[in-house]
Amino acid sequence: MSGEERGLVEVVGAGRPPPPHEPLGSRYGDAGRDRRRRVTGTVFMVVCAAATLVGVVALVALLSDVIADGLGALDVQFLTSFASRYPERAGIKAALWGSIWLLLLTAAIAFPIGVGAALYLEEYAARNWVTRAIQTNIANLAGVPSIVYGILGLAVFVRALGFERSLLSGALTLSLLILPVIIMAAQEALRAVPSSIREAAYGLGATRWQVVWSQVLPLAMPGILTGTILALSRAVGETAPLIMIGAVSFLAFTPTSILDQFTVLPLQIYSWVTRPQDEFRGLAAAGIIVLLIILMSMNAVAIILRNRYRARH
Amino acid sequence: MKERVIGWLLFLCAALSTMVTVGIVLVLLRETVAFFGEVSLAEFLTDPRWTPNFAADQQHFGISPLLAGSLLVALGAAAIALPVGLLTAIFLSEYAADRLRQVLKPILEILAGIPTVVYGYFALTFVTPFLRSVIPITQVYNAASAAIVVGVMIIPTVASLSEDALSAVPQMLREGAYGLGATRFEVSTRVVVPAALSGILASFILAISRAIGETMAVTIAAGGLANLTANPFEPVLTMTAFIVQVSLGDTPPGTMVYRSLFAVGMSLFLITLVMNVVSQWVLSRYREAYE
Repeated sequence: MSGEERGLVEVVGAGRPPPPHEPLGSRYGDAGRDRRRRVTGTVFMVVCAAATLVGVVALVALLSDVIADGLGALDVQFLTSFASRYPERAGIKAALWGSIWLLLLTAAIAFPIGVGAALYLEEYAARNWVTRAIQTNIANLAGVPSIVYGILGLAVFVRALGFERSLLSGALTLSLLILPVIIMAAQEALRAVPSSIREAAYGLGATRWQVVWSQVLPLAMPGILTGTILALSRAVGETAPLIMIGAVSFLAFTPTSILDQFTVLPLQIYSWVTRPQDEFRGLAAAGIIVLLIILMSMNAVAIILRNRYRARH
Repeated sequence: MKERVIGWLLFLCAALSTMVTVGIVLVLLRETVAFFGEVSLAEFLTDPRWTPNFAADQQHFGISPLLAGSLLVALGAAAIALPVGLLTAIFLSEYAADRLRQVLKPILEILAGIPTVVYGYFALTFVTPFLRSVIPITQVYNAASAAIVVGVMIIPTVASLSEDALSAVPQMLREGAYGLGATRFEVSTRVVVPAALSGILASFILAISRAIGETMAVTIAAGGLANLTANPFEPVLTMTAFIVQVSLGDTPPGTMVYRSLFAVGMSLFLITLVMNVVSQWVLSRYREAYE
């Protein structure tokens, strides 16, 4: 349905005649059957609308549950204190800094590799079985449960490569986890660049890399950045793979190097959720509010970046 | 020269994804082989007990309690998310006006972007107390609460992929049916949904596979007891929650508990992989080509 056509069919049209034609029955005088069909149609529409509301209601319930529980515990002291056995002294300093470090490190690893892979698949690769195999493999990796990446990270980065339970192990694990998402988003952005741009640049004698670097990539960048930030926001919310690689939830220092131990917000929240005392539940909710604010800011940044690039080109 | 080096570097980036798959398989396989050196495949598949933490003579490694736990949660989640997601998709694609859609779709995206640990918190502090007030036999940790939040979590997967499929059905088909005097309900359910069936089925399979792989909400809400039951108001241990449980403890490599983690991880990997491949196959095999 195109936008125009949809515009004609207004929002929920309860009580109005079924568009765009009268049911056939009416013309032949079978009023009962006609009415039944119309009632069925209205009931179905109401059911569809109600189903759509389920998601909305769930979101509202979730957010108000979290805000009601957590707003009281959310203050400056909460942001600037380390975890503690005493709920009134506990805070998220280590977790907040850990999340920021992990986010930057993961971006630094996953972004260049993801864009590189997408460039290869879209701009360089021959259309043969190797390319198709890589493409299928990426689609499958996107569906692998995150905890399986945690097992991989534990075996390869923590144990085999000896990075221990460090930020580096965590960032590498999360990078592998979000690479398929970044690659697929970047490919989509590259595909949207019109081929006339490439052909014009080739026609002026540019090499393939010159075409890609100075023509294709700048045009595709807004889409790539948006996809990358959304993928990173998934990484910031991840818990399970970091539990696997042994990130700890009780730290009294902030990381100073990529080989330091670390904790992150979701892990801190998890550790508070599993405590029986109610006070820790409030801390968990306050942590969730901070986490959700970070995620929403990232989404906002993605939108702003995209719009700014659009304006320039 | 520079051009060729760049070409190779980019190829390496793309090839890395293949190495990741190989890495996952090798890592899982190594410990899984060691695991099946001690436990027969028959015991793994048929023994109804899962007691890896018991003393060696009472250890049992039958995956069925974990599998049943995962299925109970996933099917409960599917019972919520498949109808709700599909009806949402029909509403968005067939009924909602553009402006309403532009409000509803971002809300679904927010729902999809909320971290799973937050869903776990919601299950434990909101859904479970509610269930316990309505159905008093509900235990503090139970499969139903986990199934409900996982269901909410996968609604966006079903809704957005199904909506893509519904929107891809050409307008001509709808107009043809309207021309024959069909109502909007008849057009939606007898023309558009059947025409988009492959995409809808693919979204269902993908959503169930996500529910099986879901970890944190299930770990927090469903408890930690390997319990072969079909009663959703009892605690269950899913495959994913078992993996978390083991890795939270201090389990030295080389022990059977440690190896069982990889055997369960391998099972999880294979189950979700098969479902994802089937989902892609359904999508490509039964796709109606409208050109």
